[in-house]
Amino acid sequence: MSYARDLTAIRALIASHKRWDHVFALCGLAALMVGVLTFTALFADMAIDGIPRLNWEFLTNFPSRRPAQAGILSAWVGTCLVMLVTAFFAVPLGVATGIYLEEYAPKNWVTDIIEINITNLAGVPSIVYGLLALGLFVYQFGFGQSILSAGLTLALLILPVVIVATRESIRAIPQGIREGAYALGGTQWQVCRDHIIPYSSAGILTGVIIGMARAIGETAPVITIGALTFIAFLPPAPVGAEAPFISFDWVMSPFTVMPIQMFNWTSRPEAAFLQNAAAAGFILVLMTLAMNGLAIYLRYRIRRNIKW
Amino acid sequence: MAAVPGDISVTPPSGAMAARLAHRRSRIVREKAIELVLFLAAMVSVFTTAGIVYVLVKESVAFFQHVPLLDFLTDTQWTPLFDDAHFGIVVLLSGTLTSSLVALAIAIPLGTFIAIYLSEFAPFSVREVAKPFLELLGGVPTIIYGYFALLFITPILQWFYPELPGFNLLSAGIVMGIMIVPYVASISEDAMRAVPMSLREGSYAMGATRYQTAIKVVVPAAFSGIASAYILGISRAVGETMILAVAAGMQPNLTLNPLEPAATITAYIVQVALGDLPHGSVGYQTIFAAGLTLMLFTLACNVAGHMLRKAFRETY
Repeated sequence: MSYARDLTAIRALIASHKRWDHVFALCGLAALMVGVLTFTALFADMAIDGIPRLNWEFLTNFPSRRPAQAGILSAWVGTCLVMLVTAFFAVPLGVATGIYLEEYAPKNWVTDIIEINITNLAGVPSIVYGLLALGLFVYQFGFGQSILSAGLTLALLILPVVIVATRESIRAIPQGIREGAYALGGTQWQVCRDHIIPYSSAGILTGVIIGMARAIGETAPVITIGALTFIAFLPPAPVGAEAPFISFDWVMSPFTVMPIQMFNWTSRPEAAFLQNAAAAGFILVLMTLAMNGLAIYLRYRIRRNIKW
Repeated sequence: MAAVPGDISVTPPSGAMAARLAHRRSRIVREKAIELVLFLAAMVSVFTTAGIVYVLVKESVAFFQHVPLLDFLTDTQWTPLFDDAHFGIVVLLSGTLTSSLVALAIAIPLGTFIAIYLSEFAPFSVREVAKPFLELLGGVPTIIYGYFALLFITPILQWFYPELPGFNLLSAGIVMGIMIVPYVASISEDAMRAVPMSLREGSYAMGATRYQTAIKVVVPAAFSGIASAYILGISRAVGETMILAVAAGMQPNLTLNPLEPAATITAYIVQVALGDLPHGSVGYQTIFAAGLTLMLFTLACNVAGHMLRKAFRETY
């Protein structure tokens, strides 16, 4: 009799404990749903406000005081050129740093300082990079408020991302590959050039894409170096009809970028400009989503396909 | 290799041997040169930090020659561009603090719940979808979040509370919190997944439920990692710029009330950068002093995070 009563009591206890499992799992799911809902709302909000404004003229017009005629030509050209400069500096520097730290660096205090430094740089607010660029690139080095200054700033900003991705994918290469290459008489650089870099290139690419997606959306540091918000001209073309055919005048040109154009329109009171902001924002979101999505897909492929 | 280094001095090499030695020497030189180049690339990050410190300190020193440090810390007005200029950083700090607190009140519970759910409860398929999704959420540019806060969240809040001004710290803080959720969730989740399976198995073997295992075994074991996720969230919140510049207004306002508009340190820097202050003026120098304050704040966060990690590190 008492045995049966104990059994029901125990069963009730277990059931009540298990109920907490469900409650908690539901809470977790609800928290996740808040994220999903916000993202959906954000995307839908941009799309509903912005898509009616999207047409060919919007992409090929300069900004204007009349909202219906304003476009993002100078903004997207500026973004592309700044990204070019950013990639030109960030990729070689980041990959070289990653290789040095994984393959070459001796275990000493200098290496420790470099490592701690990179961890800390990843946590520095982006606007501080803007101040660095304002003090150093714009005034000290005399680059002015140019595409070069912005590209360098964003390159420094995404450097930790590229470095960490490089190091992670190098670390995933089994030691046996290196030992095999050394056993055949390869020098350290030959091992890196012929084995380490090719095998880690997909992982590095993933990191570069994520970094570039971040750089495209960065607004604060580019505003801080003094990018103008109203640019009604394009930088000089990089390829000319006369000798020497290739000119680098564009790197010193004033510019604007997509997020700054969007910020400028968002801070105006007229509803028509807000619509422009939504349209520019929609393109910006699509671009960053596409890049991040590509990176995630690439990483997924790497994980599935590489069996050492 | 035929050439033994010890032999070189004994018999002067000749012919093929000399060529091989020369080749080898040039190879060594090239290897050293490449190593030097790679080392210099790695030093760029050190130079970046040095550059940040140099620029911030240099301009701040010039600033503090105009404005006494005591005024900077104790003044309760921030009107650097007026004729009657006041430089009380407390005003901007209050905006930063309030918006960060709102953001953390959103990000820490949501992020922790998501992390525990994904690590301990979610089936494999949910996790496979949710992790990349969180990453996408973290990749949305902050200016987009700013637009969203100003034109979507604020109207919704005004629907509940009609007196709410169009610019306010609350909606900016809420959106900032949602922006930080992915960082907090993914770092805490990594920390929880690093807890060895045997600990969970031990707990289950004692008859504990999933909930009990998660709360009483996994979370304490992963606490150092979870704490550093929180710290990272704090430094993200403090350094966030565009959401606040767009949605919180840029009026300096000494308040801890999230229903009011206020400027933060970061929003002030943006505001000054949008105008054109002459290089070298006090107004120009204020943004570096503000930046230095921000930098010291995040540095303090990083140091605190490091100490927390050390204090709570569990070894298995």
